[in-house]
Amino acid sequence: MPQSVSLDAPFAEAPPPPPVSAEEWSLLERLRAGEESAFATLVERYQRSMIRLAAAHTPSRAVAEEVVQEAWIGILNGIDGFEGRCPLRAWMFRIVANTAKLRGAREVRSTPFSALEDDEGPSVSADSFRPAEDPRWAGHWVWGKSPTPWPDEQLTSRETMGRLREQLEQLPPRQREVMTLRDIEGWSSAEVCESLGLSEENQRVLLHRARSKVRKGLAGYMAGSEARR
Amino acid sequence: MSNLRPMDITCKEVVELITEYLDDALSLEERTRFEQHLVTCPGCMAYLRQVRQTIQASRRLTEESLPSGVKEELLDAFREWRKRRIG
Repeated sequence: MPQSVSLDAPFAEAPPPPPVSAEEWSLLERLRAGEESAFATLVERYQRSMIRLAAAHTPSRAVAEEVVQEAWIGILNGIDGFEGRCPLRAWMFRIVANTAKLRGAREVRSTPFSALEDDEGPSVSADSFRPAEDPRWAGHWVWGKSPTPWPDEQLTSRETMGRLREQLEQLPPRQREVMTLRDIEGWSSAEVCESLGLSEENQRVLLHRARSKVRKGLAGYMAGSEARR
Repeated sequence: MSNLRPMDITCKEVVELITEYLDDALSLEERTRFEQHLVTCPGCMAYLRQVRQTIQASRRLTEESLPSGVKEELLDAFREWRKRRIG
């Protein structure tokens, strides 16, 4: 289940490990038996998320939709091989991610699987912090550049949501995949690692870079945020 | 004399530790230092809130409807698959 985000909770809670739900097992059984309604349920539930995931690797939404269609066939053909060692959706989304990567590599350019993508700068520009020579407050916020909370009502506006979507679309593919599953879909890190074949640590590095960039992109636009840069 | 004890962390470090903090991946000691910093630093508290707001807003991107026609096409593909499977 998606985790809810509390803005003001003093302590972050660790998510519980994802269970293989009984409900998904029964869907799977029905699917293996060729029941159309079971397939329709899965499509209804996951199609949109799958397209968002595939879009991380494809040049357009239309191609992402084709990829997902192809992935569904892969899922159906592989359904007897699913052994339940991970949640059903983690297994299905792995097929989507792999299909999208293959297709993306053909469509645009090859993405190096090993690299965690281009070497990135810091999450916040260095000039927002006091320099190392500062006798007392080196590495702390420069006065006037420290962040202030964003107004919640602006955050929910249509413009902000559009802006957020743009920021996500500009992320490099691997960062975009991780942020899509973790933050849009609300998956646990364990499940994302399972789906994308990432180590816990690499997953977190990708997520950190993605979130930092998206936050920075929104910051230049939100009222009451730190100075534009 | 400096106000900073050697164990203290800076704002610059806090922004790079946020994701580990939110995933509960910091050691107990790092976590304690992180939280000690937060309670005395409105800038970092606001930064943490902005990151959480970013995550919360991202969750709302799921609210879109399935384009019509897509499901029908997939159901056709399913029927094809079933025909091949059952024979």
